[in-house]
Amino acid sequence: MALREVAARAYREALPALAASAAGGLIAGLVLGGMRTELRIVPGLLVLVPALLATRGNVYGSFGARLATGLHQGIIEPRLDLGDTRVRSAVAAALANGLIASAFAATAAYAALVGLGFRVAPLGTLIAIALVAGILSGLALIVAVVTVVFIGYRRGGNPDTLVGPIVTTTGDVFGIAFLLLAVRIVVGGG
Amino acid sequence: MSWTVRGITRTLLPVLLILTLVEIGSGLVLGTFESTLLRYPSLLVLVPVTIGTAGNLGSILAARLSTAFHLGLLEFRPTDDELAGNALAIGGLAVTVFPAIGLGAWGLSALTGGAALAMETVVLVAWLSGVVLAVIAIVVTAVATYIAYRLGLDPDDVVIPVVTNTCDVLGVVVLILIVILVI
Repeated sequence: MALREVAARAYREALPALAASAAGGLIAGLVLGGMRTELRIVPGLLVLVPALLATRGNVYGSFGARLATGLHQGIIEPRLDLGDTRVRSAVAAALANGLIASAFAATAAYAALVGLGFRVAPLGTLIAIALVAGILSGLALIVAVVTVVFIGYRRGGNPDTLVGPIVTTTGDVFGIAFLLLAVRIVVGGG
Repeated sequence: MSWTVRGITRTLLPVLLILTLVEIGSGLVLGTFESTLLRYPSLLVLVPVTIGTAGNLGSILAARLSTAFHLGLLEFRPTDDELAGNALAIGGLAVTVFPAIGLGAWGLSALTGGAALAMETVVLVAWLSGVVLAVIAIVVTAVATYIAYRLGLDPDDVVIPVVTNTCDVLGVVVLILIVILVI
């Protein structure tokens, strides 16, 4: 029966990546669960969490998809060459857009919380945390995405299928871990 | 495809800022229930993994429907084998993966000395959230793919970001609603 076949194949093909990403998500959750002190010290931080995680996924997912397309088209080479202006522009654009979106998220969260009459940390603190977390997790994700996509491509893998799982799994873990580090750097303590 | 910082930013940034505002909406839902989440660390552990898995279910289905559509294999009828089979697989994935996620979340918070809820409660919350989110992911993805197709847009470009972020946001909302219902 075709229906059963379609369903069974889709299930088999999707399960490994979904399970790997869920394992990464649980580790991210463990870090978030251990951040209760920081969440209390910086009111409004929890409101930022979904936006910061989504920014990592959107920016570096798009960065990885761009690298994959460039490799397919043969306009970039799968080796680390900082003289390659295309790769350099893609890296710079990913970092810049990630930082703009992070600062924007902090400002929007602050405005919404003030508007709704909730307790919230000073705007400068939220922006500083979002920017520090954005730089640290951005650098880590660039290294992860470039490494996996280039090495995967050189070994004959399809870079398109590597990008999604890499970004969703490492994005959550790096996103939360560097958020915790950013709070400690900005607010001190820990 | 543009490879300059300015060109990339021009296509990426507007969408990125709109999606950020949507995600702040789901952050506000989390913020409203912050005291409950801080009291029960297992629930806090569930937050990123529920958001992520809900978004992944949506993007897996979107990518598969999009490919089937490009290959001319897909018809938008509930009886279509590609559509129904892939939807069934998403349901199956949710029903099997989410209880394991619940067990993992409870186990991790128990190991780190913070499990204030019974194991069955956390597994039930994860499982119910997963079932509801699978239904939402299927409906949102099918509707978004259909609209892209009717508007003559390539589903690859629009459906995945829309579906992933919608499922992210609804992931938080559903998780919180189930928590209120169960606890």
